[in-house]
Amino acid sequence: MQLIKDRFDYLFRSTKGLTLVAIAMVALVTAIWGTLSGPMVEWGVRDITVNLLGLDLVQAEREGRIIMLYHTIAMTIIAIEVYFMTDMLPMKRHEQVTINATITVGYLTALIFGMLFGYFGHNFVFHGLFILGQSLVFFSGILLAAALWPWKKEYLLEADSPYAHTKKGVDLERLAFFVMVIATLLSATFGAVTGSYWGNGHETFLGEDLIRAPHKTALQKAIIGHLHIMLTLVAVALTLIVGRWMKFKGLLHRIAMPLMIVGTIIITAGALSVVWLPWAHTTIYVGSVFVMFAALLFVIFSWDKLIKEGTAHIEKPGFFQKMGALLRDPLKFGPGWQMVFMNFTVSGVGIFMAVKLDEIFRVWPHREERITLTGHWHILASLIATIILFYFADLMGLKGKARKWFGWLVIIMSDLAFASATIFSMKRLFVAESEQQALVNTLMLLMDVGLALVLIALAIFMGWRLYDLFRKDGRWSKELAAEKKTSAQSQIEEQQQRLKELQATLEETSQ
Amino acid sequence: MKPLSVFVCLTTLLLGSCAPAPSVSAITPPYVDTGIDPNSWVTIPAGSFPYGQHDHMTDVDYDYEIMVTDVTVEQYANFLNEALATGVISVGEYDVEEGETIRQEEGVGGFHPGDPFDGYKHEEEIQAGQYLYMPFTDGLRLSYEGGVFTALPSYVNHPMTLMTWFGANAYCEFQGGRLPTEIEWEKAARGTEIINGHGLPFPWGEEIHGNNANYYSSFDLFEKMFGKLGNTTPVGFYNGQTYLIGDSSYTTLDSASPYGLYDMGGNVWQWMGDDYPDQHYRYMRGGSFYSYEVDLRVWKNNSAAPTYYSPSVGFRCVQDGD
Repeated sequence: MQLIKDRFDYLFRSTKGLTLVAIAMVALVTAIWGTLSGPMVEWGVRDITVNLLGLDLVQAEREGRIIMLYHTIAMTIIAIEVYFMTDMLPMKRHEQVTINATITVGYLTALIFGMLFGYFGHNFVFHGLFILGQSLVFFSGILLAAALWPWKKEYLLEADSPYAHTKKGVDLERLAFFVMVIATLLSATFGAVTGSYWGNGHETFLGEDLIRAPHKTALQKAIIGHLHIMLTLVAVALTLIVGRWMKFKGLLHRIAMPLMIVGTIIITAGALSVVWLPWAHTTIYVGSVFVMFAALLFVIFSWDKLIKEGTAHIEKPGFFQKMGALLRDPLKFGPGWQMVFMNFTVSGVGIFMAVKLDEIFRVWPHREERITLTGHWHILASLIATIILFYFADLMGLKGKARKWFGWLVIIMSDLAFASATIFSMKRLFVAESEQQALVNTLMLLMDVGLALVLIALAIFMGWRLYDLFRKDGRWSKELAAEKKTSAQSQIEEQQQRLKELQATLEETSQ
Repeated sequence: MKPLSVFVCLTTLLLGSCAPAPSVSAITPPYVDTGIDPNSWVTIPAGSFPYGQHDHMTDVDYDYEIMVTDVTVEQYANFLNEALATGVISVGEYDVEEGETIRQEEGVGGFHPGDPFDGYKHEEEIQAGQYLYMPFTDGLRLSYEGGVFTALPSYVNHPMTLMTWFGANAYCEFQGGRLPTEIEWEKAARGTEIINGHGLPFPWGEEIHGNNANYYSSFDLFEKMFGKLGNTTPVGFYNGQTYLIGDSSYTTLDSASPYGLYDMGGNVWQWMGDDYPDQHYRYMRGGSFYSYEVDLRVWKNNSAAPTYYSPSVGFRCVQDGD
C-alpha cells in the first residue's frame, strides 16, 4: 500500500509529478487523436482507432469535436503552466497545494469527460462534467490571482534588487504574472458567456471557416476574440515562466516587465473589443509590439547570459567560442531560439498576410487562405509546446548526452516540421495547383518525419520516467524527498514569520 | 555520432527519397466510358429540406431542373464553337484583375453586365465589361486550331475545368439556364431525408469511402495510375460499375445523390450563381480531387474571386421548372 501511496504522492503532490502526469495526458490524447487526421487517414490507421475505441464520429459534429479536443488540451497546458508558476513564484505552501489540487481535478475532469462527450456519443452528463472541470480550472485561476497579489508586504523587493520593481518595491515580474492571470480569467469568462449560448442561438463553427464572411454575429466575433487571446496569454505566461527560469534580471528586465504588463493589458482589451470596435485590430497590433519587444529583450538577455557563463573561463573569447557557449545547452538555448524562429513561421507570416491580404491571400480560394491560417496557429501552439518541453526536461533533471540529444532533436526536428508547414501553407506563392504535388509530397514527408521524431524523443523520455516509477529508489523518490524538504523548509519559514507577526500583535495589544 | 551528422544524414535520405510527382497538366488518362449521359437533367421538386451543417429546414417553393453531371469538356467545347460563331465570345487578350494588380491573359472571353457594388471592406467592384472566360493555359483540356475548339479525346467526358466564374455563368446562360444557388445545389445534393436528427452529410449517405468519390488520397483509379494527386474522373464515374483498364480493375460504389445526381461530392468544385451583398466572392460547392474528405460534406463551401480558374473547379447548370 505504501508503494502506491508514495508514488501517488509523487505524481499528484509534487510539481514534477503533476507536470509528468499532465504531459503524459497530453501525449496520450495526441497519440490517439493524432491518428484521426493527416497521413494516418491515408494509411488507414484512423479506421483502426475508430473501430478499436468505438468512436462515434458523426460528420455534422466534426467541428464541435475539434473544439472539445482543443479545449481539453488547452486546459492541460494551462494546468502545466500553473504548476510551473506555483513552483517558481514565492507563495504560501497551502496556496500552492490548493491551487494545484483544484486545477488538477479540474483539467482531468474536463479532459476525460470532454473527450467522452466529443467522441463517444452525446451524453449530457459528460458535458456537464466537462463544464464542471473547466469551472474548477477557472476557480484555481482565481486562487492563483489571490496568491500572486503583488502588493503583499512579503513579496515587495528591496530597493537595490536587480529585478524590475516600482519605487515602493512592487515586483513587476510578479505583477506581470498577476496581470496575465487576470487577463486570462477575463478572457475565459468571455468564452464561457459566449459558450453558454451553445444550443440556444449559437452554432458551432471553426473561426477559419468564417474568415471571409463580411458580417459576423457578436457571438462569432466573441469566440474569435476568445480563441486568439487565450493562445496569446498562454504564450505570455510561458515567456514569463522561461524568463524566471533563466533568472531574467537587470536593465533589460526593468524595461521588459513594464512592456509585458502594458502589452498584456492592451492586447487583451484589443482582442475582446473585436466584438464592438471595428478598429480593434489596431489595438491588438499595438499590444503585440509591446509583448513581442519584451520577449525580444528576454532572448537578448538569455543568449548573452549563456555566452557569458559558457566563456567565463576564457579571457578574451572569440566568435566561435561564444557560439559554442551559446549552443552548449540546447534546453536553455531552445526557448529563445524558438521565439526567434516564431518570427519566421508565425509573426512574419501573419504580418505578411495582413499587408498583402487583398493583393494575394484574398485572391486565392478560401480553402487556400484557410490552410495558411490554420497552419499559422498550429505552428504557434506547437512552438509553445516545445518550449514547455525544454523547461520540463530541465526540471526533470535531464543531463549529459541525453539532455543534448533530446534538446537538439526537439529544436531541429520541430523547426524542420514548422518550416515545412509554413512553406506548405504558403505554397501558392511559388507553385500552381496543377504543379504542386512534388513539392507537397516533399513537405508532407518533412513535416511527418520532423513531428514523428519529436514525438519519439518525448515518448522515450516518458518511457524512461515510467520505468523509473517502477523502481523502488528511482529518481522519483529522490525528487519527492527533495520536494518534501523544500516544502518543509518553506512551511517552517512561514510559521516563523507568522509567529513573529503574532508576537508583534501580542506586544502591541499588551502595551 | 554527433546529432548534426544524424540530421544531415536524415535530411539527405529524405530528400533523396522524394520521387518526382507528375503535374496534372502532364497527365493523359485513358478514355473511360461511365455510361452516364451528361446531357441528362433531373427535376428537383418544391419543398423544404435540411440546409447547412446545422440542418435548418429551408423551403424551396419551386421546382427546378439540374444537370445530372458536371458540364463536360466536350459540352463546353461545343458551347465555345457555337458562341464564337454567334459573336457572343471572342478570342484575345483579357485584363485579369487580382487585388491591386492587373495582368493580361490570352484566352476566350465575353461580356458581363457587372454586379451591384456596396463598397464594403475587402469588396471589389465587378464592373460591366469584357471578362476572361477561359485562359489558354497549361492543362487546358481542349485545343483551339483553325478557329475550332475540340475536346482532347481522353478528356471528352471529364468535367470542364480552368474556366472562370464568368465562363461558367456564360455557358449556363447560353443554354437558357443559370448557375445554381447554394440552396438549390445543396437540396439537389442531399435531398430531404433526416436520419438521427441530421440531413445526409454526403450525397450518397452518412459515410465516405475511397470508392464513393474522387478526393485527395482516395486511392481512385487515377491516383493509382498517376500518383497521390490523381486527376479528375469522368463525370458519373462513381456509379457502382467495375472498370477494367489494362490489367487492372477498379470497383466504384454507386454514389448518386437522392435525386440521381453524380459527382456532387468530390471530382471538381462547382461554381454557384449567388451574388451576395457586400462581397465580390463567388462560392463553390462539393469539394474536388484536391480536397480532403471533410470538404466533400454537402454544406462545405469554398470561395474565390469570379476571375479565378483552376484545374479543380467546374460547374453544372440549373433551369427553372415549367
